[in-house]
Amino acid sequence: MNEAILMSASAKDIDFMVHGLYKFELFGQEVWITTSHVCIAIVMLVLVVFSVIANRKLAHAAEVPDTFQNVLELMVEKLSGIVESNMGSHAPKFTNYICTIFVFILVSNISGLFGLRPPTADYGTTFALAVITFVLIHVTKWRNQSFKTIWTDMCSPLPPWLPLWLPINLISEIAVPISLSLRLFANVLSGTVMMALVYGLLAKIAIIWPAALHVYFDLFSGAIQTYVFCMLTMTYITQSYGDEE
Amino acid sequence: MNITGEDLILACSAIGAGLAVIAGIGPGIGQGIAAGHGASAVGRNPGAQGKIMATMLLGQAVAETTGLYGLLIAMLLLFVKPLIG
Repeated sequence: MNEAILMSASAKDIDFMVHGLYKFELFGQEVWITTSHVCIAIVMLVLVVFSVIANRKLAHAAEVPDTFQNVLELMVEKLSGIVESNMGSHAPKFTNYICTIFVFILVSNISGLFGLRPPTADYGTTFALAVITFVLIHVTKWRNQSFKTIWTDMCSPLPPWLPLWLPINLISEIAVPISLSLRLFANVLSGTVMMALVYGLLAKIAIIWPAALHVYFDLFSGAIQTYVFCMLTMTYITQSYGDEE
Repeated sequence: MNITGEDLILACSAIGAGLAVIAGIGPGIGQGIAAGHGASAVGRNPGAQGKIMATMLLGQAVAETTGLYGLLIAMLLLFVKPLIG
């Protein structure tokens, strides 16, 4: 019986790719609007609507909070608590950024539950996020450390007048955004592919039990990866302040 | 049955994808070690459970990366088919 079920499905039932929806020309380049863009737009719409409602609510915040206000306060407290405990005195500058990417990545990862293709399962999205982090790291670094310190740091195992180690350190700097983005991308993509395989190949017996897989791949894995992305971002930024204090 | 060059490349890509996900062994062992030490750390100092948990998860996520690279190679070989050009 199992064989019959497996035979009845074919590779063309499996679908987890990004699809192009609309094509236009920009400076002689073909540019596609894909399903990822649509999913990002939906995620952003949800977040914007939520923020506006939350803002309205907190404009007339009550002394004794009701349920919704409680949830909001809990969220903000937890998020800024995480940032506070990781970045210490540098926290206030970066709380906004970290909380924003946290909420965005979390909702993106979880959007697989609502039938969207998670936007973070597209390398373009995660790479953009990682590039923002990379720029932040380096802006912070050049603002807070002198050129001499950075140069010594870049030649680090050898003395600064012998920059033999410089290329290797440069590669390890460039590896930061790549590994940061690939980690998030591959985790979310593997979840998406697994769910596509389950629904594509086992379509006839995929009743109710895939919910357990959704809990693992979408909720658990998504939340962990969100946390890890933000933690690493905070760690790198804190590191880039140097150890002058 | 004639085997064309494309068929051969596809078959070899499938074998290569299988070999690439062997990379999952390393992160498995690494994450297990991290989790084991995390458990013993909580046993020794139950008060610090939150910090230990955060550190453990971060370390595990970093260790996982190499396995994910293997997974990515397998995905590329299977679905993007870069060798058939």
